[in-house]
Parts: sequence; structure tokens; C-alpha cells
Amino acid sequence: MLKIKGIGASAGIVKGKAFYFSKEELLIPRKKISYEDISREIYRLEEALIQTRKEIINLQKKISESLGYEEAKIFESHMLVLEDRMLIEEVIKQIKSHRVNVEFAFYQSIKKYTQVLKGLDDEYLKERALDIEDVAKRVLRKLLRKDFLSLEGFKEKAIIVAHDLSPSDTALLPKSNILGFVTDVGGRTSHTAIIARSLEIPAVVGTEVATEKIKGGETLIVDGSEGIVYVNPTAKRIEEYEKKLSASKRVFLHISKTASSQTKDGKKVILSANIELPEELDSLSFYGAEGIGLYRTEYIFLGRKELPSEDEQYKAYVNVARRVKPHSVIIRTIDIGGDKFLSKPEVPHEFTPFLGWRAIRFCLANPHIFKTQLKAILRASREGNVKVMFPMISGVEELKEAKKILRECKEELRRERKRFDEKIPVGVMIEVPSAALTAEILAKECDFFSIGTNDLIQYALAVDRADEKVAYLYEPAHPAVLKLIRSVIRAAHTQGIKVGMCGEMAGDPLFTLLLLGMGLDEFSMPPPSIPKVKEVIREVTFQEAEKIVSLVLNFSTPREIEKFLQEKLKEILKDNYNKIFIS
Amino acid sequence: MERIEKEVIVNNSQGLHARPAALFVQIAQGFDSSVKLEKDGRIVDGKSIIAVLSLGISKGVKVKLIIEGEDAKEAFSQLKNFLEKNA
Repeated sequence: MLKIKGIGASAGIVKGKAFYFSKEELLIPRKKISYEDISREIYRLEEALIQTRKEIINLQKKISESLGYEEAKIFESHMLVLEDRMLIEEVIKQIKSHRVNVEFAFYQSIKKYTQVLKGLDDEYLKERALDIEDVAKRVLRKLLRKDFLSLEGFKEKAIIVAHDLSPSDTALLPKSNILGFVTDVGGRTSHTAIIARSLEIPAVVGTEVATEKIKGGETLIVDGSEGIVYVNPTAKRIEEYEKKLSASKRVFLHISKTASSQTKDGKKVILSANIELPEELDSLSFYGAEGIGLYRTEYIFLGRKELPSEDEQYKAYVNVARRVKPHSVIIRTIDIGGDKFLSKPEVPHEFTPFLGWRAIRFCLANPHIFKTQLKAILRASREGNVKVMFPMISGVEELKEAKKILRECKEELRRERKRFDEKIPVGVMIEVPSAALTAEILAKECDFFSIGTNDLIQYALAVDRADEKVAYLYEPAHPAVLKLIRSVIRAAHTQGIKVGMCGEMAGDPLFTLLLLGMGLDEFSMPPPSIPKVKEVIREVTFQEAEKIVSLVLNFSTPREIEKFLQEKLKEILKDNYNKIFIS
Repeated sequence: MERIEKEVIVNNSQGLHARPAALFVQIAQGFDSSVKLEKDGRIVDGKSIIAVLSLGISKGVKVKLIIEGEDAKEAFSQLKNFLEKNA
């Protein structure tokens, strides 16, 4: 038995077989190319070599800093492989004479030489063949523009073990077969964690060593509450966990889904759902969600070669709009980007710069993609209560520009004689500090706000949430974050518009009192969190919550604030406290 | 234009594996002259790491250096020194 510690990213316990989700298997397509394509293929080779060179230089730098200069020297021979004239000439020769795509030509050339090396009667040189293959894989990944995944064998229910999962990876996975996730990297707000919580399956992330120790086929116990993974557990350990499992099944759900989400003194707030996949729609009524506060639309764009058409998008949106009627659904326009998107739908990797070219910035630069989506949303709006929301707005000019494009879409639809809700509400996702600080200006130009705390926190605190080393600085209870949130809510209310929150914070019962007291109108969260947040809301008066806010704002550290909130919650919830916070 | 063709015994303790091969190629690439290595009748480009590795040269092996170009003399003396040096 082996015990691996990581970060518990999605609560719950599960036992199952490990499926090793490998990115090492590269499928090399063989394509015939025409004479005109030859120069393009050669150009692609050069580009891939340049990119790989950069990658290796970075790697070399990192290794040199962490292990020392000597260790980093092994990359010198890697670099020479990239610059190898004989290899490059061979690849170009194959492209020209065999008229094949560069991936195939490169793969064949590498194979030719590594086979020679492997055939030599010298263990050392046989290993060098592996080095060359390693470099070749890097180049091939660049050429193929993404990691190809091997899903061979993932036919039955299993626990996914991977180094890292990007949104495009999870888009490819058959969700109903996943029992749990274990990854090497990531934190509580990584993509894997969010997906796991929305699918209500346990996840342990940031283990650092999972893929080293687990190769697939082992029996695992994943304890997402404690952040522990047991590999090939002993019979005794399994028994222990089975007991724990049956205890956690007595899920906290005693609050009737029909009970109103209002405080003791009658202040009503809306508790809605964050939705990423259509499969999650069923859980809405089960947990008593009043509509959808955040409908992420990226999944429609992921894991495919062509952009989705207006009709295809319309079908997806109208299905959701009809299902949640009479409640509302806030559709967020796509939050993807990256320069490769147009040629091949690439999704930003988890490590893409969060400060980069994405979301509204990407959409404004690609009006045809943006318009197709807006028109699909507009058409869906006549079938339900649809609102549209723009992500990553950093100033009022972007909002005005987006609204102008929305007006153009309306005009086009009128000409096409297609109907839509003329008064579709337009909202801004407040997730950039500059937007939070100019909320009053933005509020005059839109119909609602939704605070995206995941990004707002990382931008305000300058913490990259994908970087495990600084993850400890990611503090929702940081006084700076709380002040930003309070000022956004105030600014919105001064201008007479409503404010929701769709970040992780909205679904964390620890912060419910605080957000309630600040006057938040809508809490949008993964559906399973709704009963917990509702329980907190039903146990307090709005007045009490307001008082807690004024007290909390006097504290100076996140630690003090969290401790204070916890004590207050224990006081208010008494015995129910454990039910909320342990399951 | 000069052409030098001479045999050298490799004395480098690791032969021409990985690091030494990389260094050899780097030195060779520093010259305008063409550099070829011959072992057991096989002639390969001395500026290609894959080619040099594929010869599988270990310590004590005899190879022929074939160098052609303006700076052949200087190239030969540096490469010969490198191969014969017991590093």
C-alpha cells in the first residue's frame, strides 16, 4: 500500500481502478500533400523547431536553477538534435519526394536514425536513442499543436490519473465513466478541481508524484475531503473507508428544495447554478437551483476541428433556456483565446497567461466568432429568460464595443426576420480589478453584474492560481478582496442594478454570511453547494449579517477573518455546523 | 582549399557518446570546412550529432577524420586534440 498526499479539491470518497491518462501516445497522421503545400510544410517544420528550441532553453534554465549547471548540460545534445542538418535535410527530402505531411516525414526520419542507434551493441547508445525520441516528441507535439491523448481502454468506470488536465482534455472524456481525479499539478481552483466539483466526484490534485507512482490498473481509494490517495490499499484500509463512505452518504439534504432562500427577517436572495455541461442540467431541480447564474459555453467550442455554427449553438442555448424557464439563465460569451484558435480550435492550456489574449479581448478581435455566438444567444432569448454576460471586461470602452456588436447582431437578425428578446439584459462579469474599481461607470452601461471571484482574487493578489508554489497566497478572505467585492455591490446598488457572484466563493458556506450582509443579490455555485448555502441563509437575519460585515472589515488578515466567520457560523448553526462543513 | 584525411585513435574515456559527441559536433560546427568521420568504411557528417552517435564510437577505436575547406588545418588540429585527449 502506498499513501500519496495532495490537495483535496473536490470532497467525497471513492474506490476504483486507476486509469492512467497519458499524453505520451502521439498519433501521427499520414497525409498526401500537393506540390503547392511543400513550402508550407517546410515552414511548419522550421516553426516547430524554433518553438521546441525555446521550450528546451526554458527547461534548461529551470533545471540549471534547481539542480545545477552540470545537470542542465544534458540538454545541449537535445539542442543539437534540433539543429541536426542531416535530420532536417532528411525530413525535407521526404516531404518533397514522398509528398507527405511534415509530421509523418519527421516521424519517419527520426525512426530511421533511432533504429540504427538501438541496433548498436552498446547500452549507452541505446539510451541516447531515447533522448532523441524525447526531443522528437517535443517537436511532434508542436507540429500536432496539441497533446494527443490515449483514451484506449477507458471503457469502464475508473479514476483518472494524469499529470494535468486541460479543458480540452476533460472535454474529450466520457464524463459518466469517471469515478474521480488524481493529478500531479493544480490547486483548489484549477480546471480539474472545478470540473470534479461540478460532476460531484472526488478529486485530489497537486500530488506531484501521482503519475510517477500510479501506472494504471491499480486499486485506488481517493479521499477528496482529506486530500489523500491510497494505492493498492490493504483490506483493513478498504474496510475503514467503506465505513467512512457509508457515513458520508447520509448527505446533507434535509432542507427541502422548495424551501425559500430567505433570511429569518425575510430578505430573499437567489441561489442559482454554475453550469459547464448539459449533463448537469438534471441536478438543478434536485438541489433546488433557481436558474443558472453562470452558463459556461466553452464546451461547445472544445475538442473539435471547426467552429460551431450559429444553428448548433442556438440548439444548445435554447435547450438550456427552455429547461430553466421561468428562471433565468446567464449565458457567458466564450472565455477562450490564444492565437492558434482560428486555425485549429486550441484551448488555452491551464498555464496560459491569465493576463493574455482571451475572453472579451479575443472576441472583440474576432467579431465573426463573437457575432455567431451572440446571434445564437439572441435567438434563444425568445424561448426563455436569457441574459448575456461578457467576461474579462476591464473598462467601459470594451463594454461599449461589445454592446455595439450586440446591436449589429440584433439588426442582422431583424433583417433575417428572426425573432429574439429585444430587451435581453446585458451583464458584465466583474473579475478584473480595474472593472471592480470603476463599477459605478460600468453599472450605468449594463443591466447586471456578476462577480467572478476566481479571477478577481488572482488578479487583485497577483497570484497565479495554477502555480502550486504561490497557491497559499490565494486568499478569498483577504481584506483587499472583501473591500473590492463590497465596493462593487455598493456601486451597483447605487445605480439600481443587481449583483450576483459566480465564483467559487459564492458556493462556500464560510462566506455566505459575509456576502449576504454586503447585499449580494444572487449566489451562483455548483448545484451541490446550494443546500448548504441555503441552510446558512435561513438561519440568520439580514441585520445580523450586516453587522458581521462591519466587524469583519476591521480585521487585518485573512486568517483572522476566516476564524471569526467560522466562530460566528458555529454560533448560528449549532449542531448543523458539522453537517455543512464535514460532508 | 585544403583536404586532410588522417586516422586518429579515440582516447576520450567515454568514446563519442552523448556529451563528448555533442562537444565534437559543436567544435566541428565552428569551422567552415566540411567535417566527415569514417569508421569501418561508413562515412558520416561530423556536424550531425545523430550521425556521429550512430557510428557508436567507443574508447580505443580508430576513426578517420576527413576535413575539407579553407580552415581545414585548424579544424583538424582541434578535433584531433579533442579525440585524443583523455578526458
